[in-house]
Amino acid sequence: MTPTDTDLLIVGAGPAGMAAAVMARHCGLSVHVVDDQSEPGGQVWRAIETVAATQRAARLGAAYQVGADRAATFRSCGAIFEPQCQLWQIEPGFKAFTTRAGRAGKIGAKAIILATGAQERPAPFPGWTLPGVMTVGAAQILLKTADSVPEKPVWIAGCGPLTLLYATQLLAAGGRIAGLLDTTPRARLATALRHLPRALGRLGDLAKGLGWALALKRAGLPTVRHVCELQAEGRQRLERVCYRCDNGRSGEVAADVLLVHEGVVPNIHVPLTLGCNVSWHVDQQCFVPVLDVWGETSKQNVFVAGDGAGIGGAEVAEIRGRLAALRVASRLGMLSEDDAVAAARPEFVALARALALRPFLDALFAPRLQVFAPADETLACRCEEVTAGELRARAAEGRPGVNQLKAFTRAGMGPCQGRQCAYTMAHIIAAIQHRPVAEVGLFRMRPPLKPVTLGELASLDEQEPAR
Amino acid sequence: MNVETFDVAVIGGGLHGLSSALHLARAGRRVVVLERRWTGRHASGATAAGVRTLNRDVAEIPISLEAMEMWHRIGSIVGDDCGFHAHGQIRVAESDGNMAALRQREARVRALGYSHEEIINAVELRRLVPALSPHCVGALVARRDGAADPHRTLLAFRRACETAGVVLAEACGVDRVDRGSDHWLLACGERRVRAPVVVNAAGAWAARIALLFGDPIPLEVRASMMIVTERLAPLVDPVVSVVGRALSFKQSDQGTLVIGGGLQGTADLERESSVVDFTELAKGARAARDLFPAVRGVRIARCWTGIEAQTRDHLPVIGASSGSPGLVHAFGFSGHGFQLVPVVGAIVADLVTNGTTARAIEAFTPKRLTAQRVAA
Repeated sequence: MTPTDTDLLIVGAGPAGMAAAVMARHCGLSVHVVDDQSEPGGQVWRAIETVAATQRAARLGAAYQVGADRAATFRSCGAIFEPQCQLWQIEPGFKAFTTRAGRAGKIGAKAIILATGAQERPAPFPGWTLPGVMTVGAAQILLKTADSVPEKPVWIAGCGPLTLLYATQLLAAGGRIAGLLDTTPRARLATALRHLPRALGRLGDLAKGLGWALALKRAGLPTVRHVCELQAEGRQRLERVCYRCDNGRSGEVAADVLLVHEGVVPNIHVPLTLGCNVSWHVDQQCFVPVLDVWGETSKQNVFVAGDGAGIGGAEVAEIRGRLAALRVASRLGMLSEDDAVAAARPEFVALARALALRPFLDALFAPRLQVFAPADETLACRCEEVTAGELRARAAEGRPGVNQLKAFTRAGMGPCQGRQCAYTMAHIIAAIQHRPVAEVGLFRMRPPLKPVTLGELASLDEQEPAR
Repeated sequence: MNVETFDVAVIGGGLHGLSSALHLARAGRRVVVLERRWTGRHASGATAAGVRTLNRDVAEIPISLEAMEMWHRIGSIVGDDCGFHAHGQIRVAESDGNMAALRQREARVRALGYSHEEIINAVELRRLVPALSPHCVGALVARRDGAADPHRTLLAFRRACETAGVVLAEACGVDRVDRGSDHWLLACGERRVRAPVVVNAAGAWAARIALLFGDPIPLEVRASMMIVTERLAPLVDPVVSVVGRALSFKQSDQGTLVIGGGLQGTADLERESSVVDFTELAKGARAARDLFPAVRGVRIARCWTGIEAQTRDHLPVIGASSGSPGLVHAFGFSGHGFQLVPVVGAIVADLVTNGTTARAIEAFTPKRLTAQRVAA
């Protein structure tokens, strides 16, 4: 098979991927965009094309509706767009492997922009795998794509802007909220306020956040603050939620659905498997790819844009997407270096402005310590069913690194490829061995990046010419 | 500088190094294992862990059969059963032509006086492996063969070593070797280790280690690829391979399918890494799907490669160095060393403590690789 060849492969059609595609096409590059979903939009504008024409769009808010224009511009930019297409491996050179409709495919590309966004930070606690417990992000996907509202009132536990946003969206959609268990630690606001002067440059966003908070207050929801420990209990499924606050106060509430959220972290699986360097982001408590100002990784012609480069939100993602595209265009000779720099100048200004609120948010919503130190009985690796206690016991014996701990316990060997347990394992080793988590690192990610089937992989061989 | 003195220094903390160290320690020797990274970092941590006498080179059969006896009582040797199950290994023929080749093989092995390989017809094959595609016509089987759990095996050998008093020095690579009057002096970063005898069990890096001792040995490298799937309900008990295709197919205790067969990725000795070549690996997925039609929709969880040494005749190197006294080699297992682990340790212990062994290892002499090849 001759692979489909393109100048630029963009992985992900969210704000960063779409903006990069539009800019790259504007510069004259051939562009190929792949995305898991059936429509462009990414997480923030998920299902925007379908929803835009419905009443649901208004309920999801103005920031959501903006996506309709972006998707339309992207659709008409001349990039080849493959929706419902899973990228599962990139080999040097670059050769990207995908599956779509049960068949494997290969795409040859001179440069790659990874716009794979963020994932919710895994926050294991006892009972987090019980049916009835899910993440706020997952609930929001259901709300956006299927207008799905839980039948009974839900409990929401967590910290971060998404909990507030979802809660207001859910109320607007006619959903009911039993109460909020706010896990934002005490005194975070005081720390965050130090960043207020800079944040004031983003009054609009601040007002938006305050608006969400006020709307929830008006709704008169029972709210428990400074929750530091959670436990979901039930026989076959969730029946009740137990919590403890930092002042020792504890409680128990009956619950049918518990939605949890402890912020988001960059999706760095692709850069990791490509061998790109990553570094520890202290403020966001996660690893981020090491990037130059254009978003290029330590591997030449591999770029990261959007939340995968560090959490920044949709506006930042679009700017980073355009910057990466400009750099690729000049690399591939479609734009002189001077022209690229000139075109980038206003983008850099806009980027600095768009990032102004970030230190305030990072400080306000820095995760509580318990997120990284789940109780011994907690399933840390839900694929292989390994508890935090087992990991601690093995981490103490012979001081293994993360890769050894994985081999010894099977934690991290399941289909999620560490998306749910890699950080927990790193933090457990760091705590037991008194090492910084930045030094412990994440275990080696194995391909495939997405669980391709044996039949799909086999289809790749059928396409090869006889040898 | 403080010099640590041992009776034997084993270079390489893979399974062969650990097994050698274990047997030596039990023979009363003070042993250190010098491991550049950590125990089982490379081939031993990446192996499919097949325990196979089936279809081995005839030169390996004697030690392989002894190793098999050891596997059947592995718990008494290392204190854990290593997840070993003797569900058999089966080599399947998809055509009458391939079946004829298997019959020839069986006759040859039988003529040498061995009875561990047995021809079975399509009916017995179906009984042993109901999930197999009906187009398969028969097979060669070794019923006492099986497979183990590589990580449990590593942990068991490691713990047995520690119990026997072996010093495990991880993150301790040998950088320089000096010859003393009656000992070797090994420089490992800041550490200095002195021992009259050194065992070279450095796997893919064994030729580099041998060179430090002034013993050049030609050695190639392999990077065999593996596929592991999501967990399934029980599908297959024995380990299944097939004539004419690169496939080894089994189901682990956890329920995952483990699919190998020697398809090669790319190895980089310098960077100590290897990468999967999916275009190549697709052949293995295709073979698995052709042999087991039910697995078509099974999701792959992980793929990986491990780096190991390969000799030009695909036989291991086990024996004393001819040029460097006090150096014993045990490497070059060429993709099928896992089963031999328990016996190789015993052989190395023989060689170190007695200078000789009663076991048949003539075919594995290092000399055969260094000698000039005679033109045919």
